[in-house]
Amino acid sequence: MASDIKSSEIASGWLKAEEYAANFSDLHAPLSTHEAYVEADRCYFCYDAPCVTACPTGIDIPKFIRQIQTGNPLGSAKTIFEQNILGGMCARVCPTETLCEEVCVREEAEGKPVKIGQLQRYATDHYMRDHDQPFARAEPTSKKVAVVGAGPAGLSCAHRLASYGHEVVIFEAADKPGGLSEYGIAAYKTVDDFAQSEVGFVLSIGGISIEKGKKLGIDFSLDEIRARFDAVFLGLGMGSVNNLGLPGEKLSGVVDAVEYISDLRQADDLSALPVGRNVVVIGGGMTAVDAAVQSRLLGAENVTMVYRRGKDAMNASDYEQQLAQTRGVKIIFSAQPVQLIEGDAGNIGAVEFEYTSQDNGKLAGTGETFMLDADMVFKAIGQHFVGDGTDAIALKAGRIEVDENRRSNLEDVWAGGDCIAGGEDLTVAAVEDGKVAAEAINQYLKSERG
Amino acid sequence: MVDIRSEFIGIKSPNPFWLASAPPTDKAYNVVRAFKAGWGGVVWKTLGEDGPPLVNVNGPRYGVVHGPDRRVLGFNNIELITDRPLEVNLREIKQVKRDWPDRALVVSLMVPCEEQAWIDILARVEETEADGIELNFGCPHGMSERGMGSAVGQVPEYIEMVTRWCKMHTRMPVIVKLTPNITDIRFPALAAVNGNADAVSLINTINSITSVDLDLMTPEPTIDGKGSHGGFCGPAVKPIALNMVAEIARNPETSAIPISGIGGITTWRDAAEFMALGAGNVQVCTAAMTYGFKVVEDMIDGLKDWMEQSGYDRLDDFIGRAVPNVSDWQYLNLNYITKAKIDQDLCIKCGRCFIACEDTSHQAITETKGGERHFEVLDEECVGCNLCVTVCPVENCLTMEQMTSGVDPRTDEAINPEYANWTTHPNNPARIES
Repeated sequence: MASDIKSSEIASGWLKAEEYAANFSDLHAPLSTHEAYVEADRCYFCYDAPCVTACPTGIDIPKFIRQIQTGNPLGSAKTIFEQNILGGMCARVCPTETLCEEVCVREEAEGKPVKIGQLQRYATDHYMRDHDQPFARAEPTSKKVAVVGAGPAGLSCAHRLASYGHEVVIFEAADKPGGLSEYGIAAYKTVDDFAQSEVGFVLSIGGISIEKGKKLGIDFSLDEIRARFDAVFLGLGMGSVNNLGLPGEKLSGVVDAVEYISDLRQADDLSALPVGRNVVVIGGGMTAVDAAVQSRLLGAENVTMVYRRGKDAMNASDYEQQLAQTRGVKIIFSAQPVQLIEGDAGNIGAVEFEYTSQDNGKLAGTGETFMLDADMVFKAIGQHFVGDGTDAIALKAGRIEVDENRRSNLEDVWAGGDCIAGGEDLTVAAVEDGKVAAEAINQYLKSERG
Repeated sequence: MVDIRSEFIGIKSPNPFWLASAPPTDKAYNVVRAFKAGWGGVVWKTLGEDGPPLVNVNGPRYGVVHGPDRRVLGFNNIELITDRPLEVNLREIKQVKRDWPDRALVVSLMVPCEEQAWIDILARVEETEADGIELNFGCPHGMSERGMGSAVGQVPEYIEMVTRWCKMHTRMPVIVKLTPNITDIRFPALAAVNGNADAVSLINTINSITSVDLDLMTPEPTIDGKGSHGGFCGPAVKPIALNMVAEIARNPETSAIPISGIGGITTWRDAAEFMALGAGNVQVCTAAMTYGFKVVEDMIDGLKDWMEQSGYDRLDDFIGRAVPNVSDWQYLNLNYITKAKIDQDLCIKCGRCFIACEDTSHQAITETKGGERHFEVLDEECVGCNLCVTVCPVENCLTMEQMTSGVDPRTDEAINPEYANWTTHPNNPARIES
């Protein structure tokens, strides 16, 4: 496809105010009480239910659904929070179609699983509307734990440690707590500033303080906090977005998708956020989908996601792919970028791609190329971990190596969430990491003499 | 060609579906709508003595039991008999019968247990040229406090006495409507037989409290902080009604009396079941009150389709056909051995059969096989109880299979093809030698 490269068309305010409001409203309207009863009634209350096994946090799903059905939504929420204090966010962002709902026996029976995620949201919304978190804090111990990172892993860990009476200080590099819940998730999945409400909910247990604007390796060192605290939990997340490694990457309009999503989440006025007329997203994960869909919702005319492998290899689930496609995103499979081409005056103008084929699992270009006009290019080909700048912590495949209790090579340091090796890059997995680590830390603190 | 025309105690109707005496038959407007919708007949809502009309409560009259998605499983009511003037009802009955001569029109009656009261009302009803009367000995609330309704139906001597008066003082056929709020339905039915009733109809509603408002601590329905029991009806009462119909139909002393079946009939299948157990026709109320009169359309179509597929040309071909198969427990064949079987292709692995059997019954279903989630019946433990079939959410996934040969692995006894029941069983101290 030949392309006469046009001048850059990045602008804001493509849409009317009400269109922004509609585009960025709740992806799924919350279930009404009657809808929740009807849906809850579809649950078969399976014995040793497959959904529970599939949930990284092991929520007793049949029990919480039955509690909705018996008119006990508060009890239902408590069942959820017992295993997952961020059950509210997980209800919104979990890829349930690849977790609990994928193994629901109703999926096997009729291809229509019980809407577990939406029922979880019904229960947790009901509870969080006018209740603080439900757990009582144990008598204060004299132990202090440092948690680095106020994302899902750190908050989960801090909450459970606080429940055991330990004092927790969270160090957070950003201005706001919440991590990816605050900065990384698509806006339409977590409306009404839910991430901050949820942080408040978690902190309401008491015994947790947050020091914001404190970045590990810059504002403090691991050694310092190890000296000041009885134990440390690292929930650092990923530090940096991978580069394409192509010429033209410095052109204006070539944007880090994670950063853009973060800007979008923090924007007070979406109509002031610039987006290109022609947007190209390079990558095939959830970040790529979030960037592509939100570009469309901001008014971009042509949004194309290009993924270097086939549909089945894509990290974004079928559901996410459909979400993108129904929002008007075009997905091109099996093509990789070969060069970023300048349009006018240092701006990106187009991207040249080459089709790929798999040969014994190895990806190779076919030699056939095509061009896509681009006013904006989003890089969404994954992130990598950036540590504390020292080599005290042992890594594995570029991330922190931990045992099954999420303990690192250092006796008093645990880690969880996206920063650990083998992590699933899921909010719910991060919550579980934090929870498991907190249990281990509690055991450690109890057994520690002196 | 299937023919569902009905003749019940000489009363003809184009189909066996009558509306029971209840709010849907309280006045000409409703009854005419019902006839237009296709109902074969009605029993006009109960008339009382001439005089100042009754009054009803002005708060809720119904309390409900909902299933999933607010499906009405049953409701109760505390409404009394008609609260309209006798004269108005009689005038409308006469007009409707004149306008709809092919439909059955029976009038329900309830007056005090005094012969003259019955003589008076019977004379006035006869003038309407209605097809018959039904004696309301069933209403369990309100009227029973005044010595009528179920207060009569609970005393067989009163049933017989009032029935006898009616047979003496009118040429119209007499149906006696029975209350289920008794211990053994055969006694009131026998009283009706002894009083020369032409038929019995049953069941009337069941004494009930549908729920308790836990905020107000009051039973439902609640009237200004208090509630009284109401009469329960709808799909939930069908099993109770079926049994009572069958008890009358198979009891030698009452088996000859025609039965009009009532109790939770919602579909053609429900109707066919009542008729198979001996009901000559059926009366419907809750289904109409839940869905409107249109429900009769599939009752008619469905009954015809089923009859055609089953080779029945007329209603009489299947009425009572199931009665000989209703037995006492002691005559059930103890040599009939069944085992549950799970169709692994249909199994969705919910595990409900397993946990029901494991926790509450015979530990006859596996949980895993080779470390995998796998549910399979252990024939050496299975007593054939059917609980797993009952709780399985998948149609035909679990079935009961008869063993016709070999050895029952549970008892290690050879399958005996001969019929043998408890009366001759060696463990029965009162056995009769065969």
